[in-house]
Amino acid sequence: MAGNLPPGFPFKRYVEIGRVALVNYGKDYGKLVVIVDVIDQNRALVDSPDMVRSQMNFKRLSLTDIKIDIKRVPKKKTLVAAMEAADVKGKWEKSSWGRKLVVQKRRAALNDFDRFKLMLAKIKRAGVVRQELAKLKKETAA
Amino acid sequence: MAPKQRTRNPELIPGVRKVSRSQMYHKRGLWAIKAKNGGKFPHHEKAPAAAAVAEKPPKFYPADHVKKPLSNKRKPKPTKLRASITPGTVLIILAGRFKGKRVVFLKQLTSGLLLVTGPYKINGVPLRRVNQAYVIGTSTKIDVSGVNVEKFDDKYFAKQVEKKKKKGESEFFESEKQEKSALPVEKKDDQKAVDATLLTAIESVPDLKAYLGARFSLKAGMKPHELVF
Repeated sequence: MAGNLPPGFPFKRYVEIGRVALVNYGKDYGKLVVIVDVIDQNRALVDSPDMVRSQMNFKRLSLTDIKIDIKRVPKKKTLVAAMEAADVKGKWEKSSWGRKLVVQKRRAALNDFDRFKLMLAKIKRAGVVRQELAKLKKETAA
Repeated sequence: MAPKQRTRNPELIPGVRKVSRSQMYHKRGLWAIKAKNGGKFPHHEKAPAAAAVAEKPPKFYPADHVKKPLSNKRKPKPTKLRASITPGTVLIILAGRFKGKRVVFLKQLTSGLLLVTGPYKINGVPLRRVNQAYVIGTSTKIDVSGVNVEKFDDKYFAKQVEKKKKKGESEFFESEKQEKSALPVEKKDDQKAVDATLLTAIESVPDLKAYLGARFSLKAGMKPHELVF
């Protein structure tokens, strides 16, 4: 948001045209969408390269740090071009939030056998760490 | 539809027909049939009645007239096998003394029960029958093409019937002690034969042997309805 906000203002991500948000409820769960217009106090017009432009309640959206430069209600072509220019996809995949989502998805899709192999790997890693720790402890004790 | 039959004597109003009795006699040509047959209407001798079979008086007269139940010719089919369970699938047994054990599925028997083996060397589960309802099918599959399970059926698992020798009390006590008869050698050999091919297939996959040897349990934070098996 333009203008100097008082220091200590709690909000950093604002609803504005061009704000990229993550859908957290409903049919489009997990999609990244761009706020393209604000309808009223509760709803926004939202668009994405792979969906039909539609309205969404703000409660269904989680705002992200990413913002793109568009005018109010751009054409689909303009929107896609703006998203490419701002590299929304790349920024998202590099962000810690984006990376966490990938890990969550992978963990949810683990097989029973995969979970077993994961347990063995964790035990192995913990063993190695403990050995190193024991070595370091001995050195400092000596 | 066949054309409507021509009636000789239509009903004009209910109860009143068009043609009188004598006119009908003439219409039907009964006079001509009589004339053909020399003044009399042709007459067949009655066919001799079939000689009645001598019925024996029944041996037993029931005291009450009890209704006979309706006959039921229904043949139940073996339980439909879940699509996720195919030969070679690793199953998790949920009940019984082997609950939590991960086990290899071999085939479905005609009774509907699943034939399953540990393998015995890995987790102590022998060739055993298990009900599909008490089993979770995982998505881990093992290659069981080398195993021959033709000879196993429900009769193989039937209880051995001992000859009754009820005599004196002392013998009764003795027989109680000997109830656990040792497994016949053939069953042990069958187990070894099935497990031999299985073990080579299992050892080719890393960690699979340890996986089958471990029991499954729910830990903190595991939600069964969200878990992918």
